[in-house]
Amino acid sequence: MNPKRRNRLLVIALVVSGAGIAVALAMVALSENINLFYSPTEVSRGAIPQGKTFRVGGLVREGSVRREEQGLRISFEVTDGPHNVTIDYTGILPDLFREGQGIVAQGRLDDNGRFIADQVLAKHDENYMPPEVAEALIKAENEGELANPHSTP
Amino acid sequence: MLPELGHYALILALCLALLQGTIPLAGAQGGISNWMALARPLTWAQFMALLVSFAILTYAFISNDFSVAYTANHSNSLLPLIYRVSAVWGGHEGSLLLWAFLLAGWSLAVSLLSRRLPLIMVARVLGVMGLVSTGFLSFLIFTSGPFARLWPIPVDGRDLNPLLQDLGLVLHPPMLYMGYVGLSVAFAFAIAALLGGRLDATWARWSRPWTTVAWVFLTLGIALGSWWAYYELGWGGWWFWDPVENASFLPWLVSTALIHSLAVAEKRSAFKNWTVLLAIIAFSLSLLGTFLVRSGVLTSVHAFANDPKRGLFILMLLAVVVGVSLMIYAWRAPQVKSTGHFELVSRETMLLGNNVLLIVATASVLLGTLYPLIIDALGAGKISVGAPYFNAVFVPLMIPLVVLMGLGPLVRWKSDQAARLQQMIRGTLVISIGIGLLLPWLLFRSWEPMVIVGSIIAVWVALSALLDLRNRLRNASSFWSGLRKQSRSFYGMVLAHLGVAVTVVGITFSSYYSLEHDVRLAPGETFVMGEHDFLFEKLVHHEGPNYSSDLAVIQVQKQGKQVATLHTEKRLYTVTGMPMTEAGIDWGLTRDLYVALGEPLGDGSWAVRMYYKPYVRWIWLGALLMSFGGLLAAADRRYRLSRQSSSSVTANLQENGI
Repeated sequence: MNPKRRNRLLVIALVVSGAGIAVALAMVALSENINLFYSPTEVSRGAIPQGKTFRVGGLVREGSVRREEQGLRISFEVTDGPHNVTIDYTGILPDLFREGQGIVAQGRLDDNGRFIADQVLAKHDENYMPPEVAEALIKAENEGELANPHSTP
Repeated sequence: MLPELGHYALILALCLALLQGTIPLAGAQGGISNWMALARPLTWAQFMALLVSFAILTYAFISNDFSVAYTANHSNSLLPLIYRVSAVWGGHEGSLLLWAFLLAGWSLAVSLLSRRLPLIMVARVLGVMGLVSTGFLSFLIFTSGPFARLWPIPVDGRDLNPLLQDLGLVLHPPMLYMGYVGLSVAFAFAIAALLGGRLDATWARWSRPWTTVAWVFLTLGIALGSWWAYYELGWGGWWFWDPVENASFLPWLVSTALIHSLAVAEKRSAFKNWTVLLAIIAFSLSLLGTFLVRSGVLTSVHAFANDPKRGLFILMLLAVVVGVSLMIYAWRAPQVKSTGHFELVSRETMLLGNNVLLIVATASVLLGTLYPLIIDALGAGKISVGAPYFNAVFVPLMIPLVVLMGLGPLVRWKSDQAARLQQMIRGTLVISIGIGLLLPWLLFRSWEPMVIVGSIIAVWVALSALLDLRNRLRNASSFWSGLRKQSRSFYGMVLAHLGVAVTVVGITFSSYYSLEHDVRLAPGETFVMGEHDFLFEKLVHHEGPNYSSDLAVIQVQKQGKQVATLHTEKRLYTVTGMPMTEAGIDWGLTRDLYVALGEPLGDGSWAVRMYYKPYVRWIWLGALLMSFGGLLAAADRRYRLSRQSSSSVTANLQENGI
């Protein structure tokens, strides 16, 4: 093989192996860092394996926000209509967090079925609804109608 | 009356853009010089029409004309004047108008600064830009007209989102858009060159300064956005791997690859097909960014209320641009021969490494950004990809890139000897490792593996730049005359590379040695964090022009000595009813002290967030150096010479090969 062709092969081999390693790294990292979104209805059905990090979202239920006397622990419920999930969080909430607002929390379930959040996201725009939350609300409403056909006026 | 005039000006601009996108291109294909000559006047006319339109919208904001729906939704009579002006691009319609206006501005600049370019090239470049403009203006007019009237006329406007009432946001979108739109010039040059079948070193030299300047704006825009997020969002973070941030970062990564491969295309006549493809990808990614931001398909802190119809339109525009340009590429590229051959050990290989690493990084960021969309489209559930993914993939790719960045400039074009290089860099490498190991210990008395890696590569980049300079001055008659003899593009490169080193230091030090605490604090109480004592002195009430606020005064002491007084606010904007945090920051070259007021906890105490962030300023300082380096490189003398006598200089440059 002449040296020019050998060099070209070397370059190609380097590029291909580099890209291959990068793809492998990316796939491993991706599979470890995906957080699934569940609605409160799905959470209350017990669809989630314990100890796994996921996201839950809905509206903050009116009158459900409780703060502890000491420290920065806070608990509140998010709802999609028929079902609620209680969320515990320690830290400072985003500016736009308030009752009735659509939020998304990321964290995991503890043994008692409470959701321990390590991140609470509320949006910059008060009219904005995270798409997942909007869809979960519509889904819950539809399912409610199916389950109880007489409830509609 | 005026807003209608603005709307007509917009429609006129669309018609002119359509003409600009068709007649000169047809003229170029058919060799009709009268048609080609229309490119410049049409560009000027389109610019004037958009200038009128943009000025009228700005006037509607300044004069509080709330009969215009867009003004009523994004402004208020109490809003300070500067924010009323910046509110013009505070919403969807206005930011698209800004986009179109800046595109017309870039076209104008091309038409004015291309006097020495062959007419056929000018006609093609401006024609392609006219087509891009046609797409955007029809999007603007058919889905998001900024001049729609409102009836009944509201008494006052609904105010600008408080987050956007900030100096950072006055500057961030125009800068970023200048970068996005600037990439359309590189794209237009690439398509024009493909159409003409003229992919030579001259083409690379024409498009190089434009691409570099667009890259400078993109760099500044991203840095401003990151700085704004740092002080305005009150989380003290400067990068969140948020989909919208990624949307601006992707074109940046590709255009960084592009400015490096353009160097090879210009100097060595190699990588030509690849460079054209990069130009197409870079512009497509800036369109993708616009789509992601404007359609709101992704959950993001930047996503605002929106309309799916708009997303579909941009997606179609994106499909047309990518589809047509790739078709032209497939049709023309096989005829292009790269003539510059090179050996394994050569500058070309180093730049190839740069390109491969940057493209792989782009692909992995793109994958993480779009993955939630793909999974959703497949109906497999709603997911989000966390920041750890991006860090795990991106950082390992950047380390070899920065190492190459130091080595690359030392390697000769075409072919070099590994033995020569080894001997040359051995000393520098040892010193870099030594200093890199010592630095974290001297400054912080602690060793973190990633900080050691970061400081070694940063020192390596700085020292290898010095080594490069010494090599270049070896044959100079005196030190100063040698320094003066180096080209601006060389200094630009050195400065930009040093900027990367500075940013690397900022990122690693601030990521690993920051202190951060959320605490419950009442006035009069002190919190001790590291070497600093934070005393919550008092809380005062304060009324702003369009908000009322609780302002906390926090005194910081270090070893009994007063070092800073921080003011942090919790504002309530009266019109929107939105609360906003204003962080209090004492900045310094080696550390920032940062406090942000959380919420009142009922018993007089407040939730307060406190940070000590060492070297965090270096992140943006580095970006400034990169931008300045880019400007210096774009101002190189040979780009101006090339306009006077492009053919003779080509030959010259082949000889010199800086």
